[in-house]
Formats: sequence, C-alpha cells, structure tokens
Amino acid sequence: MAEMTYLEAINLGISEEMARDEKVVIFGEDVGGDKGGVFGVTKGLAAKYGDNRCFNTPLTEGLIGGLAVGLGVMGYRAIGEFQFADYILPATNQILSEARTMRYRTKGDWTAPIVYRTPYGGGVRGGLYHSQSTEKIFAGQPGLRVVTPSNPYDAKGMIKAAIRSDDPVIFYEHKRLYRLLKAEIPTDDYIVPIDKANVVREGSDITVISYGMMLQYAISAAEKLAKEGIDAEVVDVRSLYPLDRETLVNAAKKTGKVLLVTEDNKEGSIMSEIAAMISEDALFDLDAPIKRLAGPDAPSMGYALTLEREFLVNEDQVIEAMRELAEY
Amino acid sequence: MAIKEIKMPNLGESVTEASVVSWIVKPGDTVKRYDPLMEVVSDKVTTEIPSDFAGVVKETLVELDVDVPIGTSLMTLEVEGEDDSTQEVEEVKEEVKEEVIASSPAPKAKKSVNKAAGRFSPAVVRLAQEKGIDLNDVEGTGKDGRITRKDIMNFDPAKVVQSEPVVEETVIKVEETTTAPKSETAAPVATSPASQDVVPADGVRKAIAKKMVQSVNEIPHAWIMVEADVTNIVNLRNKTKDEFKKNEGMSLSFFPFFAKAVVQAMKKNPKINTSWDNGNIVYHKDINLSIAVTTDEHLYVPVIHNADNLSLAGITKEINRLATDVRDGKLQGKDMQGGTFTLNNTGTLGSVQSMGIINHPQAAILQVESINKRIVPTKDGGFKTADMVNLCLSIDHRILDGQQAGQFLRDVKENLANFSSESDIY
Repeated sequence: MAEMTYLEAINLGISEEMARDEKVVIFGEDVGGDKGGVFGVTKGLAAKYGDNRCFNTPLTEGLIGGLAVGLGVMGYRAIGEFQFADYILPATNQILSEARTMRYRTKGDWTAPIVYRTPYGGGVRGGLYHSQSTEKIFAGQPGLRVVTPSNPYDAKGMIKAAIRSDDPVIFYEHKRLYRLLKAEIPTDDYIVPIDKANVVREGSDITVISYGMMLQYAISAAEKLAKEGIDAEVVDVRSLYPLDRETLVNAAKKTGKVLLVTEDNKEGSIMSEIAAMISEDALFDLDAPIKRLAGPDAPSMGYALTLEREFLVNEDQVIEAMRELAEY
Repeated sequence: MAIKEIKMPNLGESVTEASVVSWIVKPGDTVKRYDPLMEVVSDKVTTEIPSDFAGVVKETLVELDVDVPIGTSLMTLEVEGEDDSTQEVEEVKEEVKEEVIASSPAPKAKKSVNKAAGRFSPAVVRLAQEKGIDLNDVEGTGKDGRITRKDIMNFDPAKVVQSEPVVEETVIKVEETTTAPKSETAAPVATSPASQDVVPADGVRKAIAKKMVQSVNEIPHAWIMVEADVTNIVNLRNKTKDEFKKNEGMSLSFFPFFAKAVVQAMKKNPKINTSWDNGNIVYHKDINLSIAVTTDEHLYVPVIHNADNLSLAGITKEINRLATDVRDGKLQGKDMQGGTFTLNNTGTLGSVQSMGIINHPQAAILQVESINKRIVPTKDGGFKTADMVNLCLSIDHRILDGQQAGQFLRDVKENLANFSSESDIY
C-alpha cells in the first residue's frame, strides 16, 4: 500500500498494464518525453517503456481518435489522451463511427480495444474550452463505454479494467480530483469493474446519485446531515454508459427519494437518463419527485472566478437539496 | 343514555392480540371513570383496563382467555348524560357502514386538514394498499404534513386512537384480518380421565406457549457452545462484592459481567443484533438486552434498553430494578418491549449445557451456564484449577452462520477474560 493521488493512481494503473502487456501503447499531445501530458498523468512512462510505446502526437485530435482505432484493429491496446474533454469533439467521428461500431460490423472478428482518456470538469479556473463535461455526447452510443472514477482506488482499478476491455472506453478523469484526493492504494494487481455503480454510503432516508467532484460533495454532505438525523444513501455512478441500471434503481427504491447531482448542464445530462430509468422501474417506490441538481443550461463555464462559481454546483447547494428532499 | 364501548387497547409494539383473563366488573355494576374493568394479558404482561367513562356496565362482548385482536370491543357501558341516544348511535353506525360498503375514501374529520392532504406519492399509495392501511389514520411527518413512505412503513394500526364511538368499519376490518378461526382448546390426549387433572393454562402461560411455538416454527435454530475460563471474574467479584453491596445497596452477581461482555461483543458483531423480516435483515441500532427473569409461576423477559450505554454497575442496577419489578408484579409494558437479543442465566439452575429457544423475532439467544471449578491443563504442560463456564448460543440460521456465531462467542470470551480490576465495574 502507498498513499497516492488520483492522478498518481491512474499513472500507476497504466504503468502496470504496460508492464503486463507489451501491446499497450499510449500517445497524445505532450504525452511522451519528459512532459508526461498536460497534467503529468503519463510522466515517467516514456522513460520506462520507451518512445515507441509512449509518444507525442501533433495537435490533431482527429488523428488521436483514428490512430487508436487502427492500432486497436492491429492487435494493440491503444490509449489515446485528449488534453481536455472539450478537445475530444474533432475526434467524435472516429470514436462514434469507427471505434464504437468495430465489433458489431465485423461480427466480432475485429475489435477496437481502445481507451480514450480525457480530463473533464470545472473548478480549476479553466474557463471556456477547458472545463466542459462532454460525457453526455457519448452516452446512449451502444458499443462504447463511458466511465469515470471518483476516488484514487477506483482510478487505478478502473483504468486497468478499461485497458483490458475489448470495447472502446472513454475514460473521464475529473481534473479537480487529480491532486485533491489521496488514498492508500494497493500496489498489487487489482481491477475495479467498469460496468458497476458503487454504493458508497448506505442510508435509509434519501438516495443521492452522482459522480466525479459532485460525488465528493454528496459524501461530505451526507456525513454532515447524518448529524441532523438525515441518513443518506450515496451512489457513485462510475459507469456513465451503459448505466448500471440494477444498482441505481435499487438504490432509488430503497429510500423512494432521489437526488441526482451533476456539474453538467441540467438538461440532457447523464442524470436525465438515470431519472428516466428510475421512473420506469421504480414508480411505485417513489415517495417524492426525482430531483436534479445541476449546472445552468448555459453554453459554458465562465473563466472569471465569480462566473465559474456561479456555474458550478457547490457543497452548500447539495446539502440544501438533500435536506429539502429529506423533509419532503 | 348512550352506549360506549371499551376496546382492547394497544399493549405495545408488535402486540397484535391479547385476551381478557378476568372481569373485575359485571353487567349491571355502576362504574366511575378510571375504575378498573377487566384484566387483560398479552405477551406476558398483565394489565388492568380502566373505564374511560362513568356509567353502568351493559354487557361483556368477548369470552375469557380467548385471544382477540387489538381494537376489538370488549365491553359496553351505558353512559349517563350523553346527548346521543342509543337510537342515534345505531343510526350513525348504519351510515358509516354504508360508507364502508361504498368504499368511500371520505376522510374522518379527526385529522387536521393540511396542504398536502390527499396528495400521496406512488410509494405511499402502494404500501398503504399492501398493508391495508387507511391513509386517514396516518399522521404525516413530511412537508406540510404530507404522509411519507416512512410514515406508512412505521405505521402501527394498533396505535390509532379511536375517541369516537366505535364504528362497524373497525370491527369488519378486524374480522377480515383475523386468520382462520381458532379451534377451541384441543382436547388433551387423555388415556384415563380419572388419573389426571386438566387445568387450563393461564394467560401468561399461553403467551409463553404461543411465542415458543412461533419461535420454533419460524426460526431454524442452530446452536454452538464454547467454554470460557472466568477465574478472573470470580476473583474480582469476590474481592469487590462486599464493597459493592455497601456502596450500592445491592449484590453484585456474576450475571452483569456476562451481560457487559455480551454487549461489548455485539458492538463488534452487529449482525447478532438483528431480526429476520420477510427476506430482509433488520439491523437494530439500539442494543436492547432481554434478560430472563423467573417467578415461581412464570418466565418473564424484561429488557435492558440501550445496554451499551451502561457500565457494568449500571447494568447491575438495571437488572436489579427489572427483577424486583417482575417479582413485585410491577413491570411496566415498556420494560417488556424492544428487546433485540436475549441473555439467559441458566447457570442459576445448575445447568451446564442447554439449548435456548430464540426470543422471536430476535436472531440469537445466549445461555450462561453455571460456573464450576475444574482442573484444566496449563500451557506449560501442568494443571491448574480454574472457574469454567459454558456459553451456549442459539442462532437464527437464516441470518447467522457458524462463522459469525463463533466469532461473536470468541469476542465474548475475550471480553470476559479482560475483566481484571475494580475500575472495570464503574
């Protein structure tokens, strides 16, 4: 066991997989050499595994998307890094039209075992182009997996599971969590399933479902509210697509009162789909309207600190929404 | 003159029926308000039912020693000075009956009207239907008095206060929910009537019988025994008992040491403190220790509530209080309710091994057998005399397996071994 940040846990997970399987390669803008990526997630990998397995690409996200598909088809396990989740959009055609459908259109003869890694989310003064939650673009795209870990343990276990997956995985890393969270990480070879939601905290009064930074607020809020006698169940979505319907619906059924928290825009987010699932499967267990707490339906987070704060859901809002729901 | 009915009151959580064991008044007697009318027995508690009204006893409505559901009418009284005539009461009854038949959801006026009244969530409607709960009887704790799912789940129909004259609806419901009619006391398998006396069991004995049959029928029992060396406790108790008696005015027995050790082990093994409920395991947050107390006639199981909040001395005092109340016949209903685990001091009978029947719906019962001096081998290959005790644990095998039972007993043993100084008592 060693204490590691979320970022270091991802680095360790990738490194372990590169050591385990020489077909694992990683690339992207500034990923190779000494730089190790825009946030330093791949630091040290080029030195350890050579420039052929950890290398830089030009500023062409479309290429990163397509190169990964080609490598995947040729038997490699490709990890492509996009510096920010906003930058992924030029590669969308490669991801959705090529990677996602590979197994289906070849009757399983070819696979595209790809991990597209990308930092997402706000709260680090990134402003426009650097703060978006683009995961909803890839939700509802069968053939693709969209996942995000919310703590260092999951970060290592899930990146390893993603690399071993034969399906293309978009691996969202919350950049606010990179250095915020630290935990004891086992140095042995473990994986965390990338298709399961995680009940982080059991409770009987209300159910809060979230992921990423917002989940941290929910966990902290739940502990505070427990002192007021409000017992909250907190669930980490983890697999944003496909959703772990069973775990999510069961958690909703347990309390009948559901709060969904995302830092994405309110409309059309991952949470909208979760709300639909719960109302389909758990109507007769619901004791209150399903409530969503989310960012405003504005085009982007502002760069100015005040505007960024205005956009982002904060812990006080989570506490308030949880309390309201408990009292409903 | 109006006719008032006296009903079987709610005698405690989870109590659904009880029986009248004796009439203190008979038809034609004049009673004042609060005069005792009858004795009822339920779940091992005998209670006198006082009159809510002053009047003349008209008739008794149930037979002695027959279990009836909570809320059943037991007796009618003619009450002086009420404005309603009997005739009118009858009419009211008729009207209500019609409403019931038409299954009109018209709320009774007794609940204050609130903003959220009449708007129920899907969960509330479903649960109320499943459980046969009239939502008008439920007090809402949600926003603006809304009835929440939890209100329904925690709702106890027996607690509904009926201050109005009894209406047929209640009676009809009660009849519907009563299970198959009970057969009359089955004839004992008599070989020669002359060679035996048949004495009907009294209410308490019947309550015990019923509970035991329920426990054995519903709970798959398994049991496990360990032996523990409690020499340290014997020494500690011998050293401190005189001082304790002087300071606290009561004797320090061995039992509280076991109670304390058990409670500590339950903290570490929360699965012991559970109940089986329709496929769910209910984890109890409070550790309420039921203890067996016997009188010449009966066995009572009063409860030390929140036993984990008490020191060993605190437990001793609580045991003393409960045992005294049992023997004086003063035990309160609340002292009999809410037990989550039972500790039985079979050692006082000289027993060295026994299989306890679990106190339904708890998950386990622990029998503390008698402490006996024995010669036991020591680690260095020699022998010593030690005070040994057997601990026999019966478990509900639906919830617990040998693994958890063994771990729990290991922890109890370890806790017992840790009592060493007077400071462990306070």
